[in-house]
Amino acid sequence: MSAGVLALDGVKIVEFGGYAAGPHVGKMLANFGATVVHVESMSRPDGFRMQYPPYKDGKPGINSGGCFTYFNDSKYGVTVDLKNPEGIRLAKRLADWGDIVIENMRPGVIARLGLGYDELRQSNPDLIMLSTCNMGQTGPRADTPGFGSQLSALAGACGLTGEKDGPPMLLYGPYIDFIASTLGATAVLAALERRQRTGKGAYLDVSQYECGLLFLAGPLLQYHRSGKVAERAKNDDPDAAPHGAYACRDEAWIALSCWSDEEFIRLCCATGSENLAKDARLASLEGRKADATRIHEAISTWARDRDAHESAQLLQSAGVHAHAVNTVADLFTDPQLVSRRLWRRRRHPVIGDQAYCFPAFDLAETPGDITAAGPVLGADNERVFRDFLGLSETEFNAVRAKGALD
Amino acid sequence: MLRGCVVLDCTGRLGWLAGRLLADLGADVNRFEADGADVSSAEWHALNVNKRLVRADLSVPGGRRMLEQLVASADILIATPEAGSEEAFDHGRLSRINPRLIVVAITPFGLTGPKADWLASDIEIMAASGAMSLAGEPGGAPLRVSAPQSYAWAGGQAAVGALTALAARWRTGRGQLVDVSAQAAVITALSHAPTFVDISGITPTRAGAYMTGRSVTGANYRVFWPCRDGFINFILYGGAAGRRTNEQLVAWMRERGVELGPLATIDWARFDPTRASQVEVDAMEVPIGRFIGSVTKREFLEGAHQREMLGYPVSNAADIATDPQLEARGFWQDVPGPDGRSERHCGAFVVVDGARPPLVRPADEPGRRPRKAPDA
Repeated sequence: MSAGVLALDGVKIVEFGGYAAGPHVGKMLANFGATVVHVESMSRPDGFRMQYPPYKDGKPGINSGGCFTYFNDSKYGVTVDLKNPEGIRLAKRLADWGDIVIENMRPGVIARLGLGYDELRQSNPDLIMLSTCNMGQTGPRADTPGFGSQLSALAGACGLTGEKDGPPMLLYGPYIDFIASTLGATAVLAALERRQRTGKGAYLDVSQYECGLLFLAGPLLQYHRSGKVAERAKNDDPDAAPHGAYACRDEAWIALSCWSDEEFIRLCCATGSENLAKDARLASLEGRKADATRIHEAISTWARDRDAHESAQLLQSAGVHAHAVNTVADLFTDPQLVSRRLWRRRRHPVIGDQAYCFPAFDLAETPGDITAAGPVLGADNERVFRDFLGLSETEFNAVRAKGALD
Repeated sequence: MLRGCVVLDCTGRLGWLAGRLLADLGADVNRFEADGADVSSAEWHALNVNKRLVRADLSVPGGRRMLEQLVASADILIATPEAGSEEAFDHGRLSRINPRLIVVAITPFGLTGPKADWLASDIEIMAASGAMSLAGEPGGAPLRVSAPQSYAWAGGQAAVGALTALAARWRTGRGQLVDVSAQAAVITALSHAPTFVDISGITPTRAGAYMTGRSVTGANYRVFWPCRDGFINFILYGGAAGRRTNEQLVAWMRERGVELGPLATIDWARFDPTRASQVEVDAMEVPIGRFIGSVTKREFLEGAHQREMLGYPVSNAADIATDPQLEARGFWQDVPGPDGRSERHCGAFVVVDGARPPLVRPADEPGRRPRKAPDA
């Protein structure tokens, strides 16, 4: 655990739900000091434990999945059977203990369990509760089941990826879930600020679909203004030329772009294409767009036998926007990410050392940290129910005997 | 929820969403633009609505003095410092004016590290984050989303950082510097792809319009299917949700009189997509393709919802603008535009206590300059 003061020290969060959209909110806040309890049950563990690889040594197991742990580091893990009345009583006690409850079940499910906001605030009146789901809690399609990977298509992102005349392209994983978790975290923190100021709790209804649309707010306003429908355009950009990705040696690629006539001349000089730099027809954005094929061929010829990372370094030195197209493996050796300690290894009792991803920001005076690996199923039952909730040994044994922790 | 929280938004394109999110959560956001800077684009309006426009050139001493006057009573300053402007947004200097000020610096790679000074627009940030390596045809060029995404990821993480620092201020009484890396922000979008490298030594790559890695036989499953007016995202899943979806799809096809081929005899309770061979998958996909090719996006959206099926159309801006779900939830907000006519914006992303916080300011509503504003 970190030694210094943490930004969210003392903030208590209870998570009901699983997969990405809910737990990723708690993960980010846990990295800055919140005490986060992730609730599962023995019969219904988080879907990320068993439904998604990778697993330690390729062997699926309830505690061997890296996908679950990746989104649940720095948390405490408990099991509560929400189909057992005693389990519901225990869950309510947990929610009473918390400042914040996060859930990402289908709309209405948490209320039917007796753990809805109206129920919980009876005994915890300044509770902050975040409900996050595909479509939001209301509306004609509120009850639509769905995965974030498909919702990214409904929200426009897939349709804007690919060649102009080709099919749309997949974005990796449940892309939109992480937009919703990022924005959901801002909502939770804003509610916390209001509670500090006024003592008032909040119920936050987040639609993952709507969150995704904020990432396309410009093209959507453009449509409302003029009827113009944004289209996928490979790697082109209306305000830069050249602007694209070019094959390098060893199946690597480099991305680069020129945002001014001067930058294009710098690119030409750095890549040995002085003839293009002197060509008056290429001295404007329009001219370069009109002759894009010639420029593309010149850059491609220059790039194809070169190392992508070294080429990016060379172009940056010349004052040109450029970066190698990092593979996912490259992310672990990228000197910038290494320098900023994006990956932090923590030991898990089954998986062993695993690299956890720190949030994209840090605070200078109250820095965050990855404080622990993701929990094994039910790892912290005793700690949470005895130490945090204050159950006596007799009470704890009684609820366990009644199956509340199954 | 952030009533009374004063934000100074001095960002370039990389940071616009951060201030927009804080404004939508109730903060009083002052948006700085140089005199004469063009603020007419849809992109600018969409991400700067709900803020108050302050005209001041922060690259000249007069503009900086005006900013410093406002810093004295502000809570959060958001900036996208570039070479030459670091001093204007230096937390150490600004905190001497207001020790409670939180300074959020959003840059492509963060303020520290060997690439801190590297130039990067959206495409280089998407490349550096690994996102492009995961989008596009296998063996083809890596792709970015044609509408910039990295700026939004950076803005989102910056807003989380700003509010985390605000929470810390209750404890410490002081503001602090929040250092945001856009490269790292986009890595959030990669889901758990890095764990494959870390745990299994496998580097995930782009799979085009198909889903790979689901079958022990190596079979690829189609994800995007041409329909009458575009594409549908539909996947043959297993499990309980997949079973219901597949059963309902077959029932729907039967009602439409579509030839079922091999689908007619499949027991979906026993269907396991991880074990199907490519030949079997291809045979199943022929009648599915024929059916999906006969429906429109809206028909599929409504039919799939009624049948509780997984799958969505690949929407474009026109589809999204007319989606009844968004209308019913009051997502769109009409705000006066530059020519006096109303503009339809994405509303606040969260419904708070049963009501969506309204957008209260047009994108270019002039702000009040501080008293005794020096000449810029």
